[in-house]
Amino acid sequence: MTHQFPALTPEQKKALSDIAQRIVASGKGILAADESVGTMGNRLQRINVENTEENRRAFREILFSSDASINQSIGGVILFHETLYQKDSSGKPFPALIKEKGIVVGIKLDKGTAPLAGTNGETTIQGLDGLAERCAQYKKDGADFGKWRAVLKITSTTPSQLAIQENANTLARYASICQQHGLVPIVEPEILPDGDHDLQRCQYVTEKVLAAVYKALNDHHVYLEGTLLKPNMVTAGHSCPKKYTPQDVAVATVTTLLRTVPAAVPGICFLSGGQSEEEASVNLNAMNQSPLPKPWKLTFSYGRALQASALAAWVGKSENKKAAQEAFCKRAQINSLACRGQYIMSGKTDTAAMQSLFTASYTY
Amino acid sequence: MTHQYPALTAEQKKELSDIALRIVAPGKGILAADESVGDMAKRLNQIGVENTEENRRLYRQILFSADSRVKKCIGGVIFFHETMYQKADDGTPFVQMIKDKGIVVGIKVDKGVVPLAGTDGETTTQGLDGLSERCAQYKKDGADFAKWRCVLKISDNTPSALAIMENANVLARYASICQQNGIVPIVEPEILPDGDHDLKRCQYVTEKVLAAVYKALSDHHVYLEGTLLKPNMVTPGHSCPTKYSPEEIAMATVTALRRTVPPAVPGVTFLSGGQSEEEASINLNAINTCPLMRPWALTFSYGRALQASALSAWRGQEDNATAATEEFIKRAEVNGLAALGKYEGSGDDSGAAGQSLYVANHAY
Repeated sequence: MTHQFPALTPEQKKALSDIAQRIVASGKGILAADESVGTMGNRLQRINVENTEENRRAFREILFSSDASINQSIGGVILFHETLYQKDSSGKPFPALIKEKGIVVGIKLDKGTAPLAGTNGETTIQGLDGLAERCAQYKKDGADFGKWRAVLKITSTTPSQLAIQENANTLARYASICQQHGLVPIVEPEILPDGDHDLQRCQYVTEKVLAAVYKALNDHHVYLEGTLLKPNMVTAGHSCPKKYTPQDVAVATVTTLLRTVPAAVPGICFLSGGQSEEEASVNLNAMNQSPLPKPWKLTFSYGRALQASALAAWVGKSENKKAAQEAFCKRAQINSLACRGQYIMSGKTDTAAMQSLFTASYTY
Repeated sequence: MTHQYPALTAEQKKELSDIALRIVAPGKGILAADESVGDMAKRLNQIGVENTEENRRLYRQILFSADSRVKKCIGGVIFFHETMYQKADDGTPFVQMIKDKGIVVGIKVDKGVVPLAGTDGETTTQGLDGLSERCAQYKKDGADFAKWRCVLKISDNTPSALAIMENANVLARYASICQQNGIVPIVEPEILPDGDHDLKRCQYVTEKVLAAVYKALSDHHVYLEGTLLKPNMVTPGHSCPTKYSPEEIAMATVTALRRTVPPAVPGVTFLSGGQSEEEASINLNAINTCPLMRPWALTFSYGRALQASALSAWRGQEDNATAATEEFIKRAEVNGLAALGKYEGSGDDSGAAGQSLYVANHAY
């Protein structure tokens, strides 16, 4: 390690950095439309639509054929493998449809979780085999960024040292391979919100996990300026009896990031986890309003939190296409405002009510 | 590690954070006056002065008698143990003289380097034994921050993985103990400028070392907002045939820091190493005018680079004391300006000409 063998040329670095900057340009975030076939099954079942390839294609077409002005709020779209090779009704490939709006195309690269023997139900992620060749092909086929989701959970015995270190290492290997092929890696170390732990516990674990992730990225010679981070927000567990305000979530989250994420990382695109559409927007907004310094962009990479209303408006009927698109565009615009800390919530007394719940003495 | 056992209370954190911010308040830096008896021998020898306790006292008195002009450019002074308990001619303890100027008092707490067997002449630093009790006593005696210097060197096979890991670990132990006793730890992982390596090599090694340091600090539960970093600037080795401009040094240095030092760290106080007084000021200024975003204060913790002129003006003669103090004040003010990016150089070609020399950062 005393010798340097540059992993990337200056030209490669510039290309990666430019892509990353375009994705998180001011007011823009990511539409995570990379649900696997199984996951799409869950979504479609809820609106009583059959999980066929055509239905999956039709719904994605609704999203991707939104008016070009969607590019003010969406900087990138993550696709699932099947979707990258589908076309719209006029025969135009989805990547082309997305790119002509000036939006960057991304591709989910991991192949799901695999158990870590000897742990309390913890996992690592597979997908490294042949990853270089897959990246090269996806780059040819129109992708400029990749995404890989590692999963950790909080209980009294987890995440264990092994789970943290193994997932951090796999993320770093994936990131290194992506960059070799001109793809910006989105690094996603998701800590699930399941459990009854409080906000402080989530913060503690998130700090440890992110510190391990950035040490691994450094060890693997990953060019940080050409990466993006997709973390969980710091929140209490789903079954935690204590309630926290968006400001509590914002301060805990930004404090965690300030302690672990180097300023060289251009953007942090939060996952929405189990949050509702509104919750995800309000929390993102609170972060961008926080007086704490933010040397990286704080934006979104939302799946459900951008698509729930659109799905409910569509319910599988082509005559509902316009309504579904409007629902999607509305959420996209709201999240764009949230990126700038300019989202004023829909008319209720929320603002005032939330303000007074801010626990000034809460220490992070 | 899945469980959290807070190392510090909210009050302890606030005290540490406040001290750190006072030291690196805008336009302020640190006077490193903590030369050991052996180091002082070298300095005094160079001006033909005998290395007695009285001469060391007289010399420090010259520095500490600086008038109120230093208040706006000196935020902290690092003492050697002996000096903490010395007094001015009129009986005023040095510690009090410094505090009366609103400057924070610091203390060197390491006990020098020791060899790492099985390496190519590498070292670690000792001083952990009884450190907690020593910190408690120094805190009572007026110190609010401390300094611990680790040393690494660049050659074909150094720094080794062991040297990096061991020094990072000992720095983290020291930092943790300091904070338990209300003392802000300055973390100093110096990579020596000896050698013929180029700028890129130094940058590579500095990035690896700093990544290891911050992983160790995270592992040891150190509160980053209550620490300061004292690194080397990223420079070529002393015998490197290639010459680099201050702007290149600035870009390499700031890039390395952006990739490794979490934004939560309030300030980075550079050591001057073997640089001349003017070189150290010009480089610090270039660092503060560098076009990259810098989330921490970037200032100085200079020994020789603040004292060289004062020493040679004094030459051990009482009649020269006032002139010597003036030399020190002059350098202090110059570095205060450099810490704000407002130093225009001693009239040579630096300053305006330099701006155009900043190269895009993906070359680093």
